[in-house]
Amino acid sequence: MADRKIDDATGVETTGHEWDGIRELDNPLPRWWLWIWYATIAFSIGYWVLMPAWPGLHGYTKGLLNKSDRAEVGQELKALDKQRGEGAAMLRTASLEQIEKDPKLLAYAQQVGQSVFGDNCATCHGIGGTGSKGYANLRDDVWLWGGKLEDIQYTITHGVRTGAEGARMSQMPAFGRDEMLQPKQIDDLTEYVVNLSHRPADAAAVARAAPLFEAQCSACHGPQGLGNQQLGAPNLTDADWLFGSDRASIRGQIYAGNGGVMPTWGGRLSPETIKALSVYIHSNAGGQ
Amino acid sequence: MPTLIDNTRKPDNRSAVSAAERAKGKGDAKGGLYKPRQPIYPKLVHGKWRMVKWALLIATLGVYYITPWIRWGRPEGFPQQAALVDFTGRRFYFFDIQLWPQEVYLFTGVLIAAALALFLTTALFGRLWCGYACPQTVWTDLYIVVERLFEGDRNARMRLDAAPWSFDKLWRKTGKHLVWLGIAFGTGGAWIFYFHDAPTLIRTFWTGEAPATAYVSCALLTATTYIFAGWMREQVCTYMCPWPRIQGAMLDQHSLQVTYLRERGEPRGAHKKGQSWEGRGDCIDCRQCVVVCPMGIDIRDGSQLECINCGLCVDACDDILGKLGRPTGLIAYDTDAAVAARTCGQKAVYKPVRSRTIYYAVALTIVGGLTLWSLVTRPKADLHVIRDRNPIFVRMHDGAVRDGYTLKITNRTFAERRFDVAFEGVAGARLSQPGQTGDKVTLMVPADQVISARVFVTAPAGADLPASVAGRFVAKSGDVTAESKTVFLSGAANPQ
Ligand code: SF4
Ligand code: SF4
Repeated sequence: MADRKIDDATGVETTGHEWDGIRELDNPLPRWWLWIWYATIAFSIGYWVLMPAWPGLHGYTKGLLNKSDRAEVGQELKALDKQRGEGAAMLRTASLEQIEKDPKLLAYAQQVGQSVFGDNCATCHGIGGTGSKGYANLRDDVWLWGGKLEDIQYTITHGVRTGAEGARMSQMPAFGRDEMLQPKQIDDLTEYVVNLSHRPADAAAVARAAPLFEAQCSACHGPQGLGNQQLGAPNLTDADWLFGSDRASIRGQIYAGNGGVMPTWGGRLSPETIKALSVYIHSNAGGQ
Repeated sequence: MPTLIDNTRKPDNRSAVSAAERAKGKGDAKGGLYKPRQPIYPKLVHGKWRMVKWALLIATLGVYYITPWIRWGRPEGFPQQAALVDFTGRRFYFFDIQLWPQEVYLFTGVLIAAALALFLTTALFGRLWCGYACPQTVWTDLYIVVERLFEGDRNARMRLDAAPWSFDKLWRKTGKHLVWLGIAFGTGGAWIFYFHDAPTLIRTFWTGEAPATAYVSCALLTATTYIFAGWMREQVCTYMCPWPRIQGAMLDQHSLQVTYLRERGEPRGAHKKGQSWEGRGDCIDCRQCVVVCPMGIDIRDGSQLECINCGLCVDACDDILGKLGRPTGLIAYDTDAAVAARTCGQKAVYKPVRSRTIYYAVALTIVGGLTLWSLVTRPKADLHVIRDRNPIFVRMHDGAVRDGYTLKITNRTFAERRFDVAFEGVAGARLSQPGQTGDKVTLMVPADQVISARVFVTAPAGADLPASVAGRFVAKSGDVTAESKTVFLSGAANPQ
């Protein structure tokens, strides 16, 4: 219980509470503290009147100032849209080359491109853009359909094998499945492609496959196997391929002639967004 | 160590009272938990400490009001104000120093050094800050000057307050409050000049074009100045300021404090002219030390939380003793240890060098030195490198390997700079950036800005590199160089 004592040094009564031998003096508070307390009460009443305060069964008291955080966020979002509109306008008028040359526009396009890439492209191409088997690596210098700014823009806008008008289109025949070639011939062609990409291969098989390659493959891949970006035919000399470069992968591809689909983004993304995306991908791939 | 002052002794002029009784004062006869403020009417005093206080008052107020008006030559497009906190531009200017937000640690350093300097001063000389330099003290002093101008010195003011309302009282009170408000407005007004170009703001302030924050800060500081220096005064020190509580930890028996030399003064009592001084103390109980005290305390009760160490009671007492022909210094800046030693008939020793002052001085030297060193040696440009983590490297069709980096270059100079960026650590490495490739890339950085650029480093095909190569980027622009260490991952750990 409180044991109120008079403190010797000050002559002031203590509160009677003691903590480890320390006693608290019971000095009166200054009166203005009381005034401040009254002022806070007055403030809170003013606050109830002016600001949203009391919950009710069907909503809440709105307050005379009509303040709403929700409305403010809406306004901020609108302002953001307007700001984005300004950036989009800059992208619309500038050419792709102009965008890459202007450090400010480039930085802006890269920012926009990065977020759009993350939302739309990363699912297949990976967040770093490095792709995986069947999904193109967008970071290196190997491009099926061309790695120039315009090529990238075209591919994004129209897509690949979507059937839409203007879409990139190529079809590697399924030589095995469609029984165009004998399994033995496919084995020989596999050795031929391994040899083309500067790896040790069975010389006899390579020699047997030479006329076959000439007849069946060179139309698209070229007589030297250097490929053709107009046709989306990969370069067969670099062993950097969409569906793998080991013997099994090569044989599988000759047998089944796989080809993936890349969506048509034109119409889904605005032309400005596609521009930004093209610049982002192009600059991240080292820029051809 | 000599015996210390006996703190358990009951002060001579106080008797035990309960809280309720102590709360009983003028205008609060009921008593209770709250105590009305007892008005304090500090009397004007002359003397050497008062002179020091006047000088410091003029100096500190002068610095405060004049600083924002000092112009400082900077290139076109940059503020011409010597001291400016530019929130919109996110820069702090102080003469030749210009700080960026990320250099706020320098402020932290300055603040820590200032705190340590305060600790050291307090351990040595007591609450000098409170008594001489604290804005609360300085502005209160200024307000009392105004009060004295309108209402006269202590006795006249007390009479005026007790007198019924009359025209004379009305104009004196009105005049005082108007001048107080004017000073308060000038204080708030000078504050906002530190945040905007002063000559522009002084115009736009009146045309209503100044930013809302300027009006709000000005109003806020006007209100606090008027209330704190006019109405609350010692209440701020006694009840609101944390420093009086903290400083108890810095003081010890060797700190100088305004001290009443009890053994010399007691027993006190009235003294008639020609009376002998034998067998009595030097204090004639004239209460001059009490009436001049801005905190309204009696220093003869011993050192107290309220005392701000202002020395005005020293001046008052010296004045009286001088007139009596007694040696001065009955109230003096002295230490508890010295007083105790003299009481025991020993020689007083002063120990400015003791463990706590050494700690504070060493800490102050280290923090102050480090802050100063980082300020003086801060580079004109910064280079920060962020390595791509996904992918960590890219292999080209010919076996060459390329790593991607994001470079942030900060140009702290007032001119646009062209930085030649090179990569050291990988022989034959090529750098590329949209539009350029070579053993260097060039990046333009506008004056006083930071840019972010993607830069690729390609190691030639066939370069026989370990999986991780220590390398660094070097950005050079004339005599300004910035470097940053990083690594080049060659893909050797992930063969094709
Ligand atoms: S001014 Fe000096 S002499 Fe006068 S009462 Fe105070 S301590 Fe005593
Ligand atoms: S007791 Fe003396 S030093 Fe302390 S505040 Fe009062 S006048 Fe100033």
